Amino acid sequence: MYHTFLIKYGEIGIKGKNRHVFEDALAKQIRLKLSKLDGEYEIRHERGRVYVECSGEWDEGETVDALQHVFGIVGICPVHTYPTEGPDELKAAVVDYIAQEYPDSHATFKVKVRRVDKEFPGTSMEIAAALGEAILQNFPNMKVDVHNPDILLDIEIRDTVYVYSRIIPGPGGMPVGTNGSAMLCLSGGIDSPVAGWMIAKRGVVLDAVYFHAPPYTSDRAKEKVVDLARQVAKYAGPIRLHIVNFTDVQLAIYDTCPHEELTIIMRRYMMKIAEHFAVKNGNLGLITGESIGQVASQTMQSLLTTNAVCTLPVYRPLIGMDKNEIVDISLKIGTYETSILPYEDCCTIFVAKHPVTRPILEVIEKSEAKLKGQIEELVQTAIDTTEIIVAKP
Amino acid sequence: MEIYFDNSSTTRPSSAVCDIVLKTMTEDYGNPSSLHRKGVDAEHYIKDARKIIADILKVQEQEVYFTSGGTESNNWALIGGALSRRRSGNRILTTSMEHPAVSEPLHMLENFGFTVEKIPVDAKGMLQLDRLEAMLGDDVILVSTMYVNNEIGAVVPVEKVASMVHAHCPDALYHVDAIQAFGKYRIYPKKTGIDMLSVSGHKLHGPKGTGFLYVRNGSRLQPIIYGGGQQKGMRSGTENVPGIAGLSVACREAYEDFDAKMAHIQALHDRMTEGLQKLDDVVVHGSGDACMAPHIVHAAFVGVGSEVLLHSLEDRGIYISAGSACSTHKRSASPTMTAIEASPAEVSSSVRFSFCETNTEEEVDTVLAVLAELLPKLRRYRPR
Repeated sequence: MYHTFLIKYGEIGIKGKNRHVFEDALAKQIRLKLSKLDGEYEIRHERGRVYVECSGEWDEGETVDALQHVFGIVGICPVHTYPTEGPDELKAAVVDYIAQEYPDSHATFKVKVRRVDKEFPGTSMEIAAALGEAILQNFPNMKVDVHNPDILLDIEIRDTVYVYSRIIPGPGGMPVGTNGSAMLCLSGGIDSPVAGWMIAKRGVVLDAVYFHAPPYTSDRAKEKVVDLARQVAKYAGPIRLHIVNFTDVQLAIYDTCPHEELTIIMRRYMMKIAEHFAVKNGNLGLITGESIGQVASQTMQSLLTTNAVCTLPVYRPLIGMDKNEIVDISLKIGTYETSILPYEDCCTIFVAKHPVTRPILEVIEKSEAKLKGQIEELVQTAIDTTEIIVAKP
Repeated sequence: MEIYFDNSSTTRPSSAVCDIVLKTMTEDYGNPSSLHRKGVDAEHYIKDARKIIADILKVQEQEVYFTSGGTESNNWALIGGALSRRRSGNRILTTSMEHPAVSEPLHMLENFGFTVEKIPVDAKGMLQLDRLEAMLGDDVILVSTMYVNNEIGAVVPVEKVASMVHAHCPDALYHVDAIQAFGKYRIYPKKTGIDMLSVSGHKLHGPKGTGFLYVRNGSRLQPIIYGGGQQKGMRSGTENVPGIAGLSVACREAYEDFDAKMAHIQALHDRMTEGLQKLDDVVVHGSGDACMAPHIVHAAFVGVGSEVLLHSLEDRGIYISAGSACSTHKRSASPTMTAIEASPAEVSSSVRFSFCETNTEEEVDTVLAVLAELLPKLRRYRPR
């Protein structure tokens, strides 16, 4: 049984002089995730490697699952460790490893040796050949294949010998906290949680805003959004979720503006309010789950029209993705099941039968001008009455 | 202010129910199967409960089995009933407006080779007895109908159904889902010809997770839950003593001052129905000559989404039920709405008010006044 994981991280490795910042952030995130588990863990980073040493009541499945929620990790390798002694002891170690991990295997293999401890006798190539021979002797059903092996055996000789061959994929990306923060416009749908996840994956801390329209949307719809934020928080860390009561703003738009423009104008006010909170929180951008052409409000003309109210950059990580690609990610990150709960239906009264698909900014602005005098106060009330919930994983 | 008009969803347990539940959890917490005194004390609650219920139904005590509620009672009656009769035939009859706790186990039985046929109802939810007559035959092994429909309150003439079933299908079991009816009607299964009767505790001020199934002696019902052999091996599992004790108190209370209580509930029903009919664009389902249960009023407020109305009333402390599925994405109507062929406009705007004896005429008047105030506002904003 092993009790060490070697953590592989991709992009962090090439960050030049900032590298230690990224490595520290990664170690911090790993520590945070593992602190909720029963086992005891020691996180070491040395010479471009991060190791997680497990002891106490630790559980393999639980630990791997926690590590798979840490952005920045590309691969999680269960590592067997042996004391660094002589060539014979090394052979015995590798044979022991195969016996534990691949008993009765008929697989092909290749041995790759890294001799970091230069006192150890022989070159890397020589040691690899000797170890290959030892394996062949002890496991007659295994064969060498240096081009396309089933098992690629990595052996690192340092102050300890590390042997590993399995790489469990991590989520990739960069550790949360290495790249500022942004405000996610979160609805109860499939797209927005995925959009938040994708930006968080680049190391960004998330805040979120949700527009609630009682009695047209129910408390269950709100619960659902909180649950989605919690799910994203499993990767991104705690999310401050702003719940804006948007009913009166919506009703004013409904009363005053042409119905085919309702959705566009509504979205413009949502963006304005989202940006208000973003500026207040020091966020460096907004995030939406928009994807070109998915619905009437996401045509390029519509995006231009809603975008026009913002001064902060609006990040739209799903912009070029198809629905099925987005669904695949939502299944992977565990938001899909919640997203498809049928609660958000009742605000459909604010959707026109034939909404504009090619809005013209000047026309929309003209319609919006009619709201002057009443809307400012309603928006201010919506902002003042906003409820903030911290969604924790 | 809190006005609870959702008593067909669940009811508030009475204080006597809460007292006995607490007592059986804190003092008499024994396992009724234990040989020592603690066990005997606990068993007394079950014996008493069985006697209270048997007396109400005018049946023998050994014909009452406690379950985890209405859904289990229905599942047992249908699955156990079909299994016990599987050598005599494979046809099962039911109505087109059953609760999923009946229609889903029957659907499961269809996958095991039984044929399930649905007796249609008319636009008011009245069972079409002539159609039933034509469906009966000696290969029918099981007939299951509700007593009171859970959505619109339509009443099934169970006595007529029972006599027809027993006249034409000698070996068939007749099961009645009385979950919305027990406590609102005097039900005597023996006299009526009901072989199995499902009842749920939390619909009559009892605890959730409680209920019973009446099973006529000699009906050879097969158990579906096996284990330690409790309840004569018919329904294994340590008896839920607090639940059963609470259920029995609820049953007893339901039939105390019964006529006066039902007259009161009927008066609420009539007041509500009359008040609703004075409002614009309201369709009250099953009013007029149809036989409807007194505690349920089902109405469509055309042009107002049922969930929107529900949440608007909730804001004022008034709790009701959105009668049928309001999911605009699926647009799937509830079983009863489909059975009575309600129009899409009615389906999407239907709500249910359901009363209990502690509701008052003042509450009805308040709800009517709030509705009169809210409806014009809500109708201003509708999908175009």
